[in-house]
Amino acid sequence: MITELEMGKAESELELGLGLSLGGGTASKIVKPGGGGAWGERGRLLTAKDFPSVGSKRAADSASHAGASPPRSSSQVVGWPPIGSHRMNSLVNNQATKKEDDGKKKAKDDETKDVTKKVNGKVQVGFIKVNMDGVAIGRKVDLNAHSSYENLAQTLEDMFFRSSPGTIGLTGQFTKPLRLLDGPSEFVLTYEDKEGDWMLVGDVPWRMFITSVKRLRVMKTSEANGLAARHQEPKERHKPV
Amino acid sequence: MDRRFPFKVLEHIFSFVDSNEDRNSVSLVCKSWFETERRTRKRVFVGNCYAVSPLKVARRFPKMRSLTLKGKPHFADYNLVPDGWGGYAWPWIEAMAARRPLLEEIRLKRMVVTDECLEKIAASFRDFKTLVLTSCEGFSTDGIAAIASTCRKLRDLELRECIVDDLGGDWLSYFPETSTSLVSLDFSCLDSEVKLSDLERLLSRSPNLKSLKLNRSVTLDVLESLLRRAPQLVELGTGSFSDELDPEEIAKLTKALSELKQLKSLSGLWDLLPEYIPLLYSVCPRLTSLNLSYATVQMPDLIDLLSRCSKLQKLWVMDLIEDKGLKTVALCCKELRELRVFPSGADLDETDVTLTEQGLVSVSEGCKKLESVLYFCVQFTNAALVSIAKNRPNFRCFRLCVMEPFAPDYRTQQPLDEGFKAIVEKCKDLRRLSVSGLLTDKAFEYIGVHAKKLRMLSIAFAGDSDLMLHHLLSGCQSLKKLEIRDCPFGDTALLENAAKLETMRSLWMSSCFVSFGACKQLSQKMPRLNVEVIDEHPPKTRPDSSPVERIYIYRTVAGPRLDTPEFVWTIHKSPEVGVSRLSIR
Repeated sequence: MITELEMGKAESELELGLGLSLGGGTASKIVKPGGGGAWGERGRLLTAKDFPSVGSKRAADSASHAGASPPRSSSQVVGWPPIGSHRMNSLVNNQATKKEDDGKKKAKDDETKDVTKKVNGKVQVGFIKVNMDGVAIGRKVDLNAHSSYENLAQTLEDMFFRSSPGTIGLTGQFTKPLRLLDGPSEFVLTYEDKEGDWMLVGDVPWRMFITSVKRLRVMKTSEANGLAARHQEPKERHKPV
Repeated sequence: MDRRFPFKVLEHIFSFVDSNEDRNSVSLVCKSWFETERRTRKRVFVGNCYAVSPLKVARRFPKMRSLTLKGKPHFADYNLVPDGWGGYAWPWIEAMAARRPLLEEIRLKRMVVTDECLEKIAASFRDFKTLVLTSCEGFSTDGIAAIASTCRKLRDLELRECIVDDLGGDWLSYFPETSTSLVSLDFSCLDSEVKLSDLERLLSRSPNLKSLKLNRSVTLDVLESLLRRAPQLVELGTGSFSDELDPEEIAKLTKALSELKQLKSLSGLWDLLPEYIPLLYSVCPRLTSLNLSYATVQMPDLIDLLSRCSKLQKLWVMDLIEDKGLKTVALCCKELRELRVFPSGADLDETDVTLTEQGLVSVSEGCKKLESVLYFCVQFTNAALVSIAKNRPNFRCFRLCVMEPFAPDYRTQQPLDEGFKAIVEKCKDLRRLSVSGLLTDKAFEYIGVHAKKLRMLSIAFAGDSDLMLHHLLSGCQSLKKLEIRDCPFGDTALLENAAKLETMRSLWMSSCFVSFGACKQLSQKMPRLNVEVIDEHPPKTRPDSSPVERIYIYRTVAGPRLDTPEFVWTIHKSPEVGVSRLSIR
């Protein structure tokens, strides 16, 4: 059972490569037809690289940096969250040292981390990142709060393609309300497993899925062809159960 | 008979009128009041350096002793304003140097300040006392050296979060060899090392120094030697707090800290290690201001520190404090007025600290004097906002940053409209508000109806339509600064509420749906607004329907500015011309 999300194609579409390595990797194309929204163009959370410590000017040409390095953050929008550059530099430096230290203290950390998570209840346990092609900002879903693929698909549909009038989903952001969208288009839901492979969602039983999934991606069908080749069966389209 | 008060009487009365707003009101009463007021105003504040010409200001206030200027729009802090946009201090410095040589204080925020500016200041104002640069850029440590060496009466030299071309720590040695009159020195934003001996000698010959903020490269092992030479400090910003000290050094530093009997404010504390927290115990009971926002120390170590700070009025901290730590704050810091909680992860997804809406709810319950909040959190609920509003109707500044854009109430999946409604309904004195999370037009209807004292509003990723902007511009009577990014509307509301824009200082809109045609119409309609289009990737042709990347609209009596870079266009008033870009290098 392969989950499919059918929805209208965004009128003004931003294609932003998320820097995930998939086969040839996705290039960062910036397409900005009539619609507003300049997310794609300076689509990278500026990091310490843009603020060399010898205080020369900030990189005004951040557009040239777009896509230069594969961003790990699901938020790739300039100036978000709104933290001043001095503070941002400090955070990035902290993260770097943290990663170094993490390697050393891994075993000790794992112990304390488990305890912490139990004590604090649901922190980020079960939350995994979800990114969708064409949307700069990723979201998070709590897998523990879902019981089936259908459940999960519903949540993702609500998240990215809010259908109730008066509210907008992530893709609705830079278009007129959904009712003006024209033509259907298809997406598939894929996931990265613990080994780093990208698979189509729905191949394995749900319980097995949630133990092996690292993150999700709502991918354009056109780009998913490469994935289908990995599976023994050809990609079949099934309606959601 | 002349019924007017004699000038001397008016002058005396006006000497009790301090605030700029009051003085502005006074000056509008009649011509003689205007004249008297202008001749007596000492402290001049210009909220937008392009709203008025430096020359006019220099001429109007002959007794000016203090000048405060702000340049770039606030969103420049988050890299939404390209480099080279403007905000140059030079024309102001030049004008004042020529006409107001008795100027003593200059405070600049978000402006481009060059070494030439600093050298000009040093050379022109013989009684110069105070230089405070906040979020400025364009100068090097050479310029600072010029100030240090030439301004013999210098009292305050503060560089707050500036971007400085750091050529080394030599500038510190340029202060006069005889005693200095320094009262406050802040070089926390500089990177390079200063020589310990320079610093020690400076402290020894600065008996009036009350506030010292070191930079990160000042290591922990030298701190004791510095504090010994400045036990009178009221404000201390340490350098890095993570180096290894031997027991003897720890003992000495503990003693030195305990000798700071006047210390009220503590900051810096970069990378504070948990084992060094006890060193701070002696200063905690007196502290009214504590900035831990660079201290990577986590729970539960923070509790040991915070539980001792019963007099704390201002606390800046990272989300490492978690809900638990904020509960401690709620219990122990009953004098708290201002709280800021910053995210500790540069990567949004790497936060695994338990900081939720509950933390802010606890503080709002326990700290009855709390009036200013900046809170970064991954997600929030309406219920929490309602509680917070009920607990603390005395908020004057409420800035909530739900870091996940469009995040609804995570319990009910509803927009956060009702939550923010509670905030603006209950907090009648609210002056500043930042909203976030999933918000529909309704939220802004509530804000328009209730937030009558609101002066500054920041919005990102919100709303559904032009109605949102319309509610705000037609409802918020006191609105002075509005900044919006990534919201799906523009034209209609702007044009319908054009007149409102002249009552405001500025409006910023980026990544919204504002068309070029609307900008033109707006500019033609409103003669005293500068409508600036910022487009780093301008289209080859500009039909009226084409969207603009960013607009910055501000009222001005100075006409279009002459220093725009190539990516900024001031929409011309005359419809045939369309856009003009006047640039005089």
